[in-house]
Amino acid sequence: MRITCPICGARDSREFSYRGAALALQRPAPDAGDDAWADYVHLRENPAGDTRELWYHEGGCGAWIVVTRNTVTHEVRSAELAAEVAR
Amino acid sequence: MRVNGKGLIDRSAPVGFTFDGVRYDGFEGDTVASALLANDIRLVGRSFKYHRPRGVLTAGSEEPNALITVGRGAEAEPNTRATVQEVFEGLEAVSQNRWPSLGLDLMAVNDLAAPFLGAGFYYKTFMWPRAFWEKLYEPVIRRAAGLGALSGLPNTDRYERAWAHCDLLVIGAGPAGLMAALVAARAGLDVILADEDARMGGRLLAETHAVAGKPGHGWVAEVLAELSSMENVRLMPRTTVTGAYDGGTYGALERVGHHRPRDDARRPRECFWRIVTRRAILCAGAIERPVAFRNNDRPGVMTAGAVRAYLNRWGVAPGRTVTVFGNNDDAHRTARDLVAAGVHVAAVIDSRPGVTLEGFRVISGAEVCNASGAKALESITIRHQGREEKIATDCLAMSGGWNPSVHLTCHMNGRPTWAGDILSFVPSPGAIPGMDVAGACNGAFSTAACLREGAEAALRAAEALGKRAAMPDLPLAEDDPYRIAPLWHVPGKGRAWLDFQNDVTVKDVKQAAVENFRSVEHMKRYTTQGMATDQGKNSNVAALAVLADATGRGIPETGTTTFRPPYVPVSIAAMGAGAEGPGFAPQRFTTSHKAATERGAPMIEAGLWYRPSYFPAPGETTWRQACDREVAMVRNAVGICDVSTLGKIDIQGPDAAQLLDFVYTNTFSTLAQGRVRYGLMLREDGFVMDDGTTARLGEQHYVMTTTTAAAGLVMKHLEFVHQCLRPDWDLSMISVTEAWAQFAVAGPKSRELLNGLLDQPIDDATWPFMSCGKIAVQGIEGRLFRISFSGEHAYEIAVPARYGDSLFRLLVARAEGMGGGLYGMEALNVLRIEKGHITHAEIHGRTTAFDIGMGRMVSQKKDCIGKTMSERPGLMDPERERLVGLRPVGAVRQILAGAHLFNEGDAAVRVNDQGYVTSTCFSPTLGDTLALAFLKRGPERYGEKVRMVDHARGVETLCEVVNPVFFDPEGGRVRG
Repeated sequence: MRITCPICGARDSREFSYRGAALALQRPAPDAGDDAWADYVHLRENPAGDTRELWYHEGGCGAWIVVTRNTVTHEVRSAELAAEVAR
Repeated sequence: MRVNGKGLIDRSAPVGFTFDGVRYDGFEGDTVASALLANDIRLVGRSFKYHRPRGVLTAGSEEPNALITVGRGAEAEPNTRATVQEVFEGLEAVSQNRWPSLGLDLMAVNDLAAPFLGAGFYYKTFMWPRAFWEKLYEPVIRRAAGLGALSGLPNTDRYERAWAHCDLLVIGAGPAGLMAALVAARAGLDVILADEDARMGGRLLAETHAVAGKPGHGWVAEVLAELSSMENVRLMPRTTVTGAYDGGTYGALERVGHHRPRDDARRPRECFWRIVTRRAILCAGAIERPVAFRNNDRPGVMTAGAVRAYLNRWGVAPGRTVTVFGNNDDAHRTARDLVAAGVHVAAVIDSRPGVTLEGFRVISGAEVCNASGAKALESITIRHQGREEKIATDCLAMSGGWNPSVHLTCHMNGRPTWAGDILSFVPSPGAIPGMDVAGACNGAFSTAACLREGAEAALRAAEALGKRAAMPDLPLAEDDPYRIAPLWHVPGKGRAWLDFQNDVTVKDVKQAAVENFRSVEHMKRYTTQGMATDQGKNSNVAALAVLADATGRGIPETGTTTFRPPYVPVSIAAMGAGAEGPGFAPQRFTTSHKAATERGAPMIEAGLWYRPSYFPAPGETTWRQACDREVAMVRNAVGICDVSTLGKIDIQGPDAAQLLDFVYTNTFSTLAQGRVRYGLMLREDGFVMDDGTTARLGEQHYVMTTTTAAAGLVMKHLEFVHQCLRPDWDLSMISVTEAWAQFAVAGPKSRELLNGLLDQPIDDATWPFMSCGKIAVQGIEGRLFRISFSGEHAYEIAVPARYGDSLFRLLVARAEGMGGGLYGMEALNVLRIEKGHITHAEIHGRTTAFDIGMGRMVSQKKDCIGKTMSERPGLMDPERERLVGLRPVGAVRQILAGAHLFNEGDAAVRVNDQGYVTSTCFSPTLGDTLALAFLKRGPERYGEKVRMVDHARGVETLCEVVNPVFFDPEGGRVRG
């Protein structure tokens, strides 16, 4: 699999490490309640289709990247800098 | 036998090789298979299960029968296809799966027992008693069935892995592939043309028809000459593309050294390529399928296209009297070429009625129903208009039609489509993103169609990549129709082979259907059809046609099994090239590594780092002696230890302090410049991630240290928190672990040592405990931190890494002059256990700040990562297992890490479990065993006794629960 790092260009997935769903970007407020926190820390969708997930360009520039990927076709649809998505 | 005037071999270059110890001659350009056939060697192997005599069936990598072992000893390569292995002077080949010899194989008795050995035999027979499975049945079966054997010796050969990048990968260099590569290269694309053959050209090397008015191989030579002259083209012969993967990545195996003697140790045997391409064109050709009839596996029965290839490419007639049997027009070419070359053709048997040809005897509407001859074909029996006739022949060229090589198009879950006109499967469009398909593998069988499809695919690729290309004038070539009628198997008694390599017959497939293994995937696994090293390249379509027939379905409804990578076997040695021994993982060495090694320190691995375990002194015979001495040295004088492996992260910017407050449970924005603070970091789920000290060097400048093990993890975490959660904060960070060499100088004499070394002396007023700042050693600027892991008056001194070796030697010399010296990981561990300091043995991912007695370090004045979740009731429960110290109180003084704790009166069973030991050591300072452990309600139980039970090692020790800080609990020593 190849991921196009917005900073470095297209690279093999071996350069990246995987974290999980991009939901991790949406950290609840400290007082958001047990349900919101349990969802944030533990609950993940398992879609057959497009999914947004976080990859870290560990063997490259160190950027966190939001990758939109299709779990059925493995197609990587987009890769955006997490810092820009989170803003 | 060789045929004069035929073949592309170099008859001026004879090559000698051996097969089963007998020397034979071949020519440059021969494969082992063609050279053996030229020497009239028909019997080359024994079959997998029945030990049937077998000869060469094909002329390509799909060969199921002619498997040989090449080389001897550690260099032996089993299961090498004789049809792929090129001959070279001195090559040693031996046959496989026979005992005592190929000619007299006693295991051939299996063939007599064939009525009992059909599909499902193992499952039905070896069911009981269960105890016999591993001890009796499996060894016997493995001995009787099989292919080549491994030498059992370590592989001494070299292998490589490599990456390649291009605009267009063309897979296969037959007419379609050559045309595609030519058009694309002329349009300016960066092209890689890979072909598994040693010589490019594909079927054009095996056929006699002209291309552009010249012999096919002549046209090939012209195209290759043009491609070779172009800088944007890379030709990769002997390279099989083995798999298609996501994102335009392809795996390929290049045979680098197999075709020549081992005369250069640097030359690898194979190179495993990962080719990344923007577009690909599959021009993999087609594979001819055999016809299933009784005894169709006799040596001398070959595919018709292979017979033609041996004649036209290698100048070999595989028999003196050849018969041809087929259901399609292409088979007739074999007869024509043989006759033209002066080889006797006894008859052409065509299953279709009304076929007439000139120049030889044609028996139309007939079928071959048996083959006779023990170790080589002697005659065939044909059935024609209800009568049977025997024809003497030593070679039968059979053709059941051609199967497009769709394999790679299925590697990403694509399913091929049934094409009724050619009675085979063709690739479904778009099966692999970015891959086009052209030529015979697309079901276009004439040379003209291959050339046209290749050119068209190249134009599409060029257009997709934004290059302009024009359709060239296509060379004139044959455009004969391919006419075929169904013929999968010839009915009759006896066994008719489908899968030659795994000994699967028509009867086995029918048996599977009868036993309700009707799905093609079930049939495959029940009969093992298609599961040998050839992965059913010859047999898949025919086998599922038989299954379709047996289950009363059509072939499209029956479907195919799934083709998966690799297309041909790939040695693990090639895929893992370079990753053996020290290549298995990167090695990280500190700047003091050389000095430590010179002193004979055994190294232990800490992550990727190598750290000295202890420094043996003269007269010491055990690690414990060295460790005890080193601990005493630190407690009484001064010790030196390289701590550079701890992660160091430089954090700067207006919001650096904010970030630290957010990732640590405690507060760092209030830390004064020139001060250091211990920090605890949680994961978002509330458990401890890491700990370490962070120094504030300036208003907006911090240096964080992490544990050695978690350095990468923490860096990634900080980047996550910054980029993903707080992207607006203005700060930067970088790992400086390798930029600084850092040494602990620990012990009561540490300041005295430093004051003889630093350009400016230090004192307690200017450098109190937990202070930090700049220093200089002989003009070299560095940093000094007054921090302590040992509990002694101690410092860590850091200089740029290039001065590390030099400073280390200076420090050691001075320490030794003061009654101190070096200490290693063992002593470091004892020193920290004596002080109750935690490592990842304690913060192992399931412990909280509360568990390790640092609950109050989670600041209530601010949010931090993990804070909310750490406050869940279950994580604050006093009943939790919490950090304590243990000391032995009975006769047994041994405490073992990993052992569990139980109340004194309780049975040592799981339900009574009270906790477990994480770290233990013998403390020379206190003269006893000490341990850190997690115990339910631990801190409330100081003074109580618990049983430590190690079930695995059979040790039981009565312990007293104590405060985990065993030594100097008031902490007076660190303040010196």
